[in-house]
Amino acid sequence: MAGVDWTDSTVEAGGVKLHLKRAGPTAKKARPVVVLHHETGTLDQLPFYDALAAHYDVLVPHHPGYSRSERPTWMRSVRDIAVIHRGLLSDLKIEDAALVGLGFGGWIAAEMASMAPANLSHLVLVGAMGIKPPQGDILDLAITGYIDYARAGFHDQKVFDRVYGAEPSIDQLEMWDICREMSFRIAWKPYMYSQTLPHLLGAVRAPALVVWGDDDRVVPQSAAARYVEALPKAKLEIVKASGHCVDMEQPDALAKLIVDFIGRE
Amino acid sequence: MHLMYFTEQPMSSYPEQAGRDFGATALMFSNKHFDPVEGSRLYNNYIEQYMLAEEVGVDGIMLNEHHNAPFCMQAKANIFAALLAGMTKKVKIVMLGNPLPLAENPIRLAEELAMIDMISKGRLVSGFVRGGGQEQLATGVNPAFNRERFEEAHELVTRAWTQTGPFRFEGNHYQHRVVNPWAVPLQKPYPRVWIPGVISKETIVWAAQQRYPYIALNTSIEQTKKIWELYDSVAADVGYVGGPENRGYLIQVHVSDNEEKAIENARQFRWMQGEFTGLAHPVWSTPSGYGSPSARRAFVEFASGRAKNPRGETSFEQQMADLRIIAGTPKTVVAKLKRILEETRPGILALWGNDGRVSQADSLTCIRLIGQEVFPAIREIAKSLDLKSPFEANAPVHLKYSTDLKPAKAAAAE
Repeated sequence: MAGVDWTDSTVEAGGVKLHLKRAGPTAKKARPVVVLHHETGTLDQLPFYDALAAHYDVLVPHHPGYSRSERPTWMRSVRDIAVIHRGLLSDLKIEDAALVGLGFGGWIAAEMASMAPANLSHLVLVGAMGIKPPQGDILDLAITGYIDYARAGFHDQKVFDRVYGAEPSIDQLEMWDICREMSFRIAWKPYMYSQTLPHLLGAVRAPALVVWGDDDRVVPQSAAARYVEALPKAKLEIVKASGHCVDMEQPDALAKLIVDFIGRE
Repeated sequence: MHLMYFTEQPMSSYPEQAGRDFGATALMFSNKHFDPVEGSRLYNNYIEQYMLAEEVGVDGIMLNEHHNAPFCMQAKANIFAALLAGMTKKVKIVMLGNPLPLAENPIRLAEELAMIDMISKGRLVSGFVRGGGQEQLATGVNPAFNRERFEEAHELVTRAWTQTGPFRFEGNHYQHRVVNPWAVPLQKPYPRVWIPGVISKETIVWAAQQRYPYIALNTSIEQTKKIWELYDSVAADVGYVGGPENRGYLIQVHVSDNEEKAIENARQFRWMQGEFTGLAHPVWSTPSGYGSPSARRAFVEFASGRAKNPRGETSFEQQMADLRIIAGTPKTVVAKLKRILEETRPGILALWGNDGRVSQADSLTCIRLIGQEVFPAIREIAKSLDLKSPFEANAPVHLKYSTDLKPAKAAAAE
């Protein structure tokens, strides 16, 4: 979507320097929507981000240790990231954001929701990691090549080619390695889930939307049902012809689901 | 000169075609291809080889461990070290080494090694390694903290060996509220620690800082010289002069009574399709966070198939020409080893004698010729070149036990 004016800034939260992208309608005060990206980091621009920014004040913080944010060497858990992002929101005086978590970012969003159940308007989890799938396992980064892993997130490989290029750049590969190292540092064992998270989600009163691609080969769909069960006010939507990265593969469909869920403003 | 025999303990009886079909012979290559009947036979063959090595007078038997791969069936070096402690009388049991980061409880490791040292009556050399990338994945250990765990486990093990217990250890990766093992090493202050390695500069620097001998694993003469240059410069920084007693070298050498047969058997050094740890996906061998950040860019290019292996893929003939593989009768082998000794001046030399599918009979011939003909000649050459082992030089076990540090340089390093 042309014409979305993103600002880039470096902000400090809890002593950690974060890269923050932000955009939204300028005419009126829009609802804040925080998008939490994948464990593969995030591309600088995505049609999905633009689609949300047409309606909301969209914030895309790069997680500590991922993409353009520096790595705090002390971090040991995904919950640490959630605390830092919570700190960022309180520094920005945002009290009732909607959280949209993509894959690994869904885990972070769920942790953030569990920490301050009253301080969010809506929770959207898309192919979220963070819970042990009752059937199947979360795809293991450690034994999968960089490109194979990224490709596994897509149902249609032609879409991957469009998003990353058929031959991703060396810069991209290097970034994936940096992100991967950070994921190992904080989510090694148990791998990509928390044993306590499902029990902590019971306090979340905000409405929740759980979205899964119908061909998610990264996080088994069985985890979706577990999330719906754990969150008191959750509903499930399956997006057709989509892999794990619904945001990149079906950006319009995902944006529409979210806008319908959160409401137009 | 300290002279050792080494074998990777190849699991030579696995279906090679299955590995080729799968496209890998490590980590994820299914253990349905592991035949324990053959495993039993081979383990006992290796015991026979080690017993002969002692009989023909080698100074040390070098042991190591790897996981999930046919190139090495020794999954726990301490098992063989314990066997040798009880079964042999004279040889040093040289572990190169225990992969420290794989230990979830380094105190257990300290206890096992202390037991091996006591049972062997003080014949243990307790080398330590980081473990390869695949070792971390095979044992579920976080590769991103590999080096931190290595250094911290080293501190804990050496303190468990030297500091009177009970004491408490609160580290970043290891926390033990009661450290008080009732098994301590016989050798004082503790068994010698040698550090083997092949590529990481960080390990060379660390070994030199501890004053631990560094064992270069099958590097070319040029690479080996660069390693000693770096080691010696770090040694000078911390106040001592590096010499042969700090230098070890492992080389693939197959000896036979017949030149042609020796060369034919030596081809087995490349039995794992030229990759000595077997075919593997690069991200298994070097998981993110395991390698140096400075090598990240070159590594991802290689891992995505856009650049050649930075470790190089040289042919058998080239490796023979570079003296990274030596094969022949004792006479030709000694002449070639002499050149290596002259050029790189090690005080510790390990011959990796047999690999792959070399028969047990040929393996035993190789060991006999090494012990009876090659090593006696090497000892004479070493004497003439003044290549002293750490034992002969009575070198301190660790920098902190040095009595010869040069104060000015030591101070400058602080």
